[in-house]
Amino acid sequence: MPSEDAAPPLDVDEILADPGVRIVVCCGAGGVGKTTTAAALALRAAERHGRRTVVLTIDPARRLAQSLGLTELDNTPRQVKGIDVEDSGGELHAMMLDMKRTFDDVVLQHTDPAKAAEIFANPFYQAMSSTFAGTQEYMAMEKLGQLHARGEWDLIVVDTPPSRSALDFLDAPARLSRFLDGRMLRMLLAPARTGGRSMFSLVTASFGMFSKVVQKVLGAQLLTDLSGFVAALDSMFGGFRQRAEQTYRILQARETAFLLVAAPEPDAVREAAYFAGRLRDERMPLAGLVLNRVHRPAVPELDAATSRAAADRLAEIGGHEGTVDVLRAHAALARQAVREREVAARFTEAFPEVPTVSVTAQPADVHDVDGLRTIGAAISRS
Amino acid sequence: MVTGKGGTGKTSVAAALALALAAGGRRTLLVEVEGRQGIAQLFGTDPLPYEERHLTDAPGGGQVRALAVDAELALLEYLDMFYKLGAAGRALRKFGAIDFATTIAPGLRDVLLTGKVKEATTRTVDQRRVYDAVVLDAPPTGRIGRFLNVTAETARLAKVGPIKTQSEGVAALLRSPMTAVHVVTLLEEMPVQETVDAIAELTSYGFPVGRIIVNGTRPPLPAGRAVTAAELKRGLVAAGLPADRDTVAGLHDEARDQVIRRELEDSLRADLVELGLPLTELPLLPDGVDRDGLDVLADALRRAD
Repeated sequence: MPSEDAAPPLDVDEILADPGVRIVVCCGAGGVGKTTTAAALALRAAERHGRRTVVLTIDPARRLAQSLGLTELDNTPRQVKGIDVEDSGGELHAMMLDMKRTFDDVVLQHTDPAKAAEIFANPFYQAMSSTFAGTQEYMAMEKLGQLHARGEWDLIVVDTPPSRSALDFLDAPARLSRFLDGRMLRMLLAPARTGGRSMFSLVTASFGMFSKVVQKVLGAQLLTDLSGFVAALDSMFGGFRQRAEQTYRILQARETAFLLVAAPEPDAVREAAYFAGRLRDERMPLAGLVLNRVHRPAVPELDAATSRAAADRLAEIGGHEGTVDVLRAHAALARQAVREREVAARFTEAFPEVPTVSVTAQPADVHDVDGLRTIGAAISRS
Repeated sequence: MVTGKGGTGKTSVAAALALALAAGGRRTLLVEVEGRQGIAQLFGTDPLPYEERHLTDAPGGGQVRALAVDAELALLEYLDMFYKLGAAGRALRKFGAIDFATTIAPGLRDVLLTGKVKEATTRTVDQRRVYDAVVLDAPPTGRIGRFLNVTAETARLAKVGPIKTQSEGVAALLRSPMTAVHVVTLLEEMPVQETVDAIAELTSYGFPVGRIIVNGTRPPLPAGRAVTAAELKRGLVAAGLPADRDTVAGLHDEARDQVIRRELEDSLRADLVELGLPLTELPLLPDGVDRDGLDVLADALRRAD
């Protein structure tokens, strides 16, 4: 039978306990329990393995955030109280990413207050720092870089943004730093100056035209704002790029462990497989796959067809309505379990070497520390 | 417009809606804008190009066509329409300038995407609309407000010019009775919370919210109450199934989880009902969403009207 059993088992405790592992990145499609998984792993690292842990969440469910004591978005790690760390000596801190504030901090770090104020007032900066496609991904990486640089954490667990595709998360730093590099911007704003001297001289003709078109389409005011933005950010370009590259290297290092999070649904599994391929190409360390929300019948030997037939028989006899419900529900569960195994096998067949753990679906949603502890135990198979 | 949290099946629902609206000899266009190729994956076809193509037939002679909008190509098409760029446009593309232009102005990309939807919706041939309905597999709930609120984004950056005119036209259509934004959810906490939040946001921007579509629902349990272990044991014996202690205990555990789950679902359903919008429930398809499954969903959506 194709199932997760074909893949080597994933031992998350080994990862969480390893002092050499300083960063765990949870990634995968939206709606697969990524944030909950990240929080559960961080809690376990603190409680079981005595590590000083911080979990960086992007957009947690309100009640989950509250359970971690995250009542406000203040972009600073806050210690989570009321957890069981007496024996282990670990600590758990949690923070929610404030994308705009992280961006503002980066600007402040690289320039003087007067120039920073000018940048903050620019409509381009405002649009980019709050809505730019990729800013959230980039700022998550920036925050990770900051937390890592401070050196005060044994372990940083990162929940990645719900990107439209896995691609954004890996590509955003490079894309944004390329953009901020400003070569394109400068050419756009001063095509005449660049003419003849730049490596782009061959396309200068079409570029000048492009600039003209942009003027026509977007209006001159936009170009003025853009120009101001570029001038103001000019001094920071090098710094931005350097930081993005630094974070990228950290992600490739042995101290990082990527965990793919998926649910046994075609889209989520496809996304996980895609991500596994990308990580391999980028030479980033993939530690394993956490397959959430797996349905497992408590009585696996009773298959769907037998259960449904028995329910139909009983319904005819009458007087056993309760059992009929139970058997029908069991039949549906058994059928779902078979289908989920088939879907999960698509990943295992493509990446047979990736360690995998299946986490049984919880009957209710998780939004307190006890629930996270239960999930952590389920991921660790203990 | 069909939105919903990731993982709620909004692409399947959008496809089913396009099928439902095409039934009986009509023609619809199913559009995606996020470059995910979700439609192609759902229908098991090759990746969709930036071109309207026949996708599938609907019952009663209807036709669903599909289109994957690419922001870069839409920009080129747009520039070409107004400025006759020709080869220069292709050079720009090669050069990455188009990607650059759609990147610097965050709203620009969305205006181009929604602009294409507007163009398809209002396109006529011989004074007849080409499509009876256009269904957009829209961005998820977390981004839908910003995506549709194109004028606010572009007005910040472009104070004059064709882009401003274009975005105003799109905004007017999106706020007109021709548009309905449907929100897909599951009976799970996060998707329901995001549905509530998204509806508040859409309403505050003045977008007409259509239905709440609850995906993946299960038929109610007829007995509707917890069964005792003794009852269960008697039932299993009567059905001629093994009734040993492990089997009874296992099935009893399953039943208990089921009841917990159902209670949670009922309370979430009540939260949705409170929003006071039309609510349509679609059945869970035990074998996943295949072509037949889409017809089942389309049928349920048709009957909802």
